[in-house]
Amino acid sequence: MTIADDDPLLAAPTFGVPQPEKEAALLPALIRLTEHHQRACPTYRRMLEVLAPGPITALHELPWLPVGLFKSHALASVPEAEISTVLTSSGTTGQTPSRVFLDRHTARRQTVALARIMTEVLGPRRLPMLIVDHAGLLQDRSQMSARGAGVLGMMTFGARPVFVLDRDMRLDRDALAGFLARHGNAPFLIFGFTYMVWQLVEALADGEVDLSRGILVHTGGWKHLHDRAVDNTVFKATLRRRTGLERVSSFYGMAEQVGSVFVEDADGYLVPPAFADVIVRDPITLAPVPTGTVGVLQVVSVIPTSYPGHSLLTEDLGVVHHVDGPGWCGKKLTVLGRIPRAELRGCSDTAAAERA
Amino acid sequence: MMPNERKLRDAFIAALGVAPDAAVETFTYRGIKEWDSVAHMQLIAGIEAAFDIMLDTADVLGMSSYAIARTIVVRHGVDIEA
Repeated sequence: MTIADDDPLLAAPTFGVPQPEKEAALLPALIRLTEHHQRACPTYRRMLEVLAPGPITALHELPWLPVGLFKSHALASVPEAEISTVLTSSGTTGQTPSRVFLDRHTARRQTVALARIMTEVLGPRRLPMLIVDHAGLLQDRSQMSARGAGVLGMMTFGARPVFVLDRDMRLDRDALAGFLARHGNAPFLIFGFTYMVWQLVEALADGEVDLSRGILVHTGGWKHLHDRAVDNTVFKATLRRRTGLERVSSFYGMAEQVGSVFVEDADGYLVPPAFADVIVRDPITLAPVPTGTVGVLQVVSVIPTSYPGHSLLTEDLGVVHHVDGPGWCGKKLTVLGRIPRAELRGCSDTAAAERA
Repeated sequence: MMPNERKLRDAFIAALGVAPDAAVETFTYRGIKEWDSVAHMQLIAGIEAAFDIMLDTADVLGMSSYAIARTIVVRHGVDIEA
């Protein structure tokens, strides 16, 4: 059995389509999605009337929504009866959570997309899986947190899952030791959110456990860690020293675009898969900026059909270093963290105006 | 019913939390409320433990009905008629 979908973009080599071909394939698909959401989501239609995009002849001309709109608005492109899951994400502190409405079709596309990406990183075999979180995360099934959905989504790629944190988020040393006794001598998968993995690392003494056969996949951003002066280099070096773990891959993704995650390549750059892309924009003028220039990130993805999340202006800053080879095809990105709030005025004004 | 067929049935009944006499042969993924994405992972773990097999990623994604689950375990070397 192979992992397939009726969408040729999902069947394309995940990190093997050169950028010009990729853009040529994405453009018509994303224009169709824009038209679909315009028809199916009245709120989106009204917003496009305000944004009034001109003719779309390139990816950067696609209209986008500021990602914060998913906090202030219920944006769905399917009738309520077809919504099977509502993802919620607190995102930035002290705000109402984002709500992302999924039907079975979009949920399936997210799963297939993530599978295409993960089999690229891990291979087709499921590995024994250590989850740096607590098991209670998966209990409420109708209103699943983005973190819970992330863990559940990753469980597809792991077997014999063991959660190594207890309810109070403390390391369960017995669970960890038991897992390593059974599976520690062959390749195994470790998955967790970046700051929780860091908590685990901090709870361990140098050499206390041997994770040298592990493959760590982590995501969730560096916000908490940058406050403690921990960047990707420090993170990886500390993991290696304390646990022997060498294979570490970070992901960049968000609740509003589950499935189309960007993966860290062998050179440490984040790379979007064939069915998604990134456009870097000037934080003030929002015009696209050239390669090598820092700006705010717009992410596009062909996955979302049940909500208008196919083109989003994020609140993250980043820079594309170069495009295509060596290694994987596509834009080679570094995410630099959240944009300072004051600079977001353009976006939140849109939301405020719509609310009024 | 043969023991291996019984094992597969029992794995479904335990993972989905349905009555022992439920018509599992008719179940499809998300076709009943008990078979949601969380239960699906419990079902995968249950089937792997019952037959001491390791399913592939494609199996996990493709196992959308009892009938398909049956063909998957057969492909992994389980004699379902035994």
